[in-house]
Amino acid sequence: MALDSKIPNGPIADKWTNYKDHINLVNPANKRNLDIIIVGTGLAGGSAAATLAELGYNVKAFCFQDSPRRAHSIAAQGGINAAKNYKGDGDSVYRLFYDTVKGGDYRAREANVHRLAEVSANIIDQCVAQGVPLAREYGGLLDNRSFGGTLVSRTFYAQGQTGQQLLLGAYSAMNRQIGRGKVKMYNRHEMLDIVIVDGKARGIIARNLITGEIERHSAHAVVIGSGGYGNVFFLSTNAMGSNATAAWKIHKKGAFFANPCYTQIHPTCIPVSGDHQSKLTLMSESLRNDGRIWVPAKLEDAQAIREGKKKATDLSEAERDYFLERRYPAFGNLVPRDVASRAAKERCDAGFGVNKTGEAVYLDFAAAIERYGKEAAYVKGLDANDKALVTKLGTDIVKSKYGNLFQMYLKIVDEDPYVTPMMIYPAVHYTMGGTWVDYNLMTTIPGCFSIGESNFSDHGANRLGASALMQGLADGYFVLPYTIGDYLAPDIKMGPISTDLPEFVEAEKAVKDQIDRFINNNGTHSVDYFHKKLGKIMWDKVGMARNEKGLNEAIVEIAALREEFYRDVKVPGSANEFNQELEKATRVADFLELGELFAKDALHRNESCGGHFREEYQTEEGEALRDDDNFAYVAAWEYKGKPSDAVLHKEPLNYENIKLVQRSYK
Amino acid sequence: MKLTLKIWRQKNAQDKGGIVDYPIDGIEPDMSFLEMLDVLNEGLINKGEEPVAFDHDCREGICGMCSLFINGEAHGPDRGVTTCQLHMRMFKDGDTIFIEPFRAKAFPVIKDLVVDRSSFDRIQHAGGFISVNTSGNTIDANTIPVPKDDADKSFDAAACIGCGACVATCKNSSAMLFVGAKVSQYALLPQGKVEATERVLNMVHQMDLEGFGNCTNTGACEVECPKGISLENIARMNREYLAASLKG
Repeated sequence: MALDSKIPNGPIADKWTNYKDHINLVNPANKRNLDIIIVGTGLAGGSAAATLAELGYNVKAFCFQDSPRRAHSIAAQGGINAAKNYKGDGDSVYRLFYDTVKGGDYRAREANVHRLAEVSANIIDQCVAQGVPLAREYGGLLDNRSFGGTLVSRTFYAQGQTGQQLLLGAYSAMNRQIGRGKVKMYNRHEMLDIVIVDGKARGIIARNLITGEIERHSAHAVVIGSGGYGNVFFLSTNAMGSNATAAWKIHKKGAFFANPCYTQIHPTCIPVSGDHQSKLTLMSESLRNDGRIWVPAKLEDAQAIREGKKKATDLSEAERDYFLERRYPAFGNLVPRDVASRAAKERCDAGFGVNKTGEAVYLDFAAAIERYGKEAAYVKGLDANDKALVTKLGTDIVKSKYGNLFQMYLKIVDEDPYVTPMMIYPAVHYTMGGTWVDYNLMTTIPGCFSIGESNFSDHGANRLGASALMQGLADGYFVLPYTIGDYLAPDIKMGPISTDLPEFVEAEKAVKDQIDRFINNNGTHSVDYFHKKLGKIMWDKVGMARNEKGLNEAIVEIAALREEFYRDVKVPGSANEFNQELEKATRVADFLELGELFAKDALHRNESCGGHFREEYQTEEGEALRDDDNFAYVAAWEYKGKPSDAVLHKEPLNYENIKLVQRSYK
Repeated sequence: MKLTLKIWRQKNAQDKGGIVDYPIDGIEPDMSFLEMLDVLNEGLINKGEEPVAFDHDCREGICGMCSLFINGEAHGPDRGVTTCQLHMRMFKDGDTIFIEPFRAKAFPVIKDLVVDRSSFDRIQHAGGFISVNTSGNTIDANTIPVPKDDADKSFDAAACIGCGACVATCKNSSAMLFVGAKVSQYALLPQGKVEATERVLNMVHQMDLEGFGNCTNTGACEVECPKGISLENIARMNREYLAASLKG
């Protein structure tokens, strides 16, 4: 099967407008006759559910949490990008487009990214109209901050809780439609398979997580907005329940899975403290606006700090190595995430790490506190040389910007980051790879769409900060509502789809069989035991730096672990009750397949780009070395029974507007 | 650390339920409270017993899913945190810890420590929104300036995570801190003023239908709220409600 990305013809700036002018529309009376299922209620799924219901479709939305408001978009901290150019610092749709393609290390699809940049400004208008309390300046207008990988200030924010506020905005729009009966909400439900009738997606099988009942739901189209697969690493900044099951089930029924190896390791997370660790906590990238990253310049100082003989504050300026500022003078601490993560790993691998495990670097706010403090003292006509006063004033300002993050750090680490520098280390955060979709956001299963983090399309090999929220809302509010109408137009006379069709019966049986198998397995180890083992293989061999030998080993080890899992996993309780271990088992079963495909994809991509770093392919300075002649394509994998049998399809990436060059932030 | 856990076990909504004792050893001060429960559950599974069901998801204090009543306090003894951010360094070796679900008529128990908080969702369905379509064809975001102080106060109210600690803490099981926060978020913004009258009437009506109690100004909700939502929001809701009632 040849991949058709369905990119419209014409100049890039006109593609989306021309597309919208020529698609099929469904008239309002007919929309009432069409049902749409949406799986996942984060920024993408939630905004899509609200918008499609407003347009008149009958929407059924599903989430595994106890309320759609708890989807993990809620945890996004720093902000959302939009090409508003409110600051007058030279921003434009083109610059946001360019920054995103460059930030993605030239592995994203130009047409999709341009569309994203075009609709970005509308998102801000929309959210403000919905009552989202974004940060404002004293004049009453919206404030912006800077994020990594850009030279303009285009990030809108709500303290360190931007994701929460945007998600509550989408949730409120959904609530309005739930109240009107246009969205039927299924909380605590998990999709366990997709149903395909005559080659088209026509429904799902879901488990009611409270009663254990297996339910059939039909629709004219199915939309997957279930997020990313970072939890394949066990430890990540994702929520405990974040999973790839919906995305993986559609993959097994015909949706190609693209670029699984493109995973973002976020540079600023709280380091691991011990074996009991269940998840990792992010400290927003926005902190790099004001925090300076460093390690001791001398190995003996690093060792003394690790042994507790010295403190960070004991070292003078000359004894510190601000390695990002040293290596990347132009962008400094605001280099993109992949670059910052690798630089931190490089220093720690060389022995300069600053916590007990040797896997941590400092993020220091002392300079920012002093700078803000002096400014505030000047404005208030106070003595800018009074050190204690300056520190107090500066601390207050830093608190107003990042208060919740500092509090979070204090609670977890038990150290006050206003006084001693934070310790941070990279952690798995976001997955750029995901279900392959065409320009319409449709997967290779007709009628099955994939939006937000669960698709692959906009971020290439590395996502820029504050772009995930932008993409989720762009897909849900402004893109899918057009493209899905074009698909559904021929279905207006079809009528409701029966859930008694043999395809539903068969899919339901397969789901029940899998559940029974887990319940009756009576093995010796818990699901977490296997999940942690998988995570360790992934982090050690398919993590921040990969090589051929390690990847080959990982593939073998994951396949063996999967067999052991099916043989020896123990799932207590029964199928017909609230059973959290059973929920975990069905999710980890899918991670155990996805992990192997992930490694296979990383092994085949003989280059380094963005979040995918192969040790064999680097420049003399240790930067990622791309191979545009051989790898400027999207790797879309077709399921053939086992991950090792997956078949590769290539979508060539044609850059008509941006010239491919080696990414430089120096 | 060695601890004795006294945990509420209840098979399902129909079951009567009761406290069961679990001794536990090897707990480290750096563990979060939920990681301590992970350790307990891993041990129970290995022994062939059923693990304790508890709600949790983001484990960074923002999703509002975790909901434990620990030693008689919502989210435990620390202030300004959810249970997932509560660390074991708040406890001492040898402590006995009572762990119960959030209790309220409007939060029925599903299993063990898991409760059904969909009553909160239904209050929001009744009016927790601004009726603007998501077409994107609105006015430019900077057309209406909003005083920074109002925007900040609106944000402070909007920071509510909907966990229900306020309800569980209140002797009347009142949801007025939660509803007050939502009403305030919109009431403080020009965009929210257009529908202010219907919003507060509809949300309060639904709140009463769900069986939440009334506010008697004890203020315990504010103390236990992990996000520091202020009691002022209740006062603001009462003013909004009175004004709306007079308008009819």
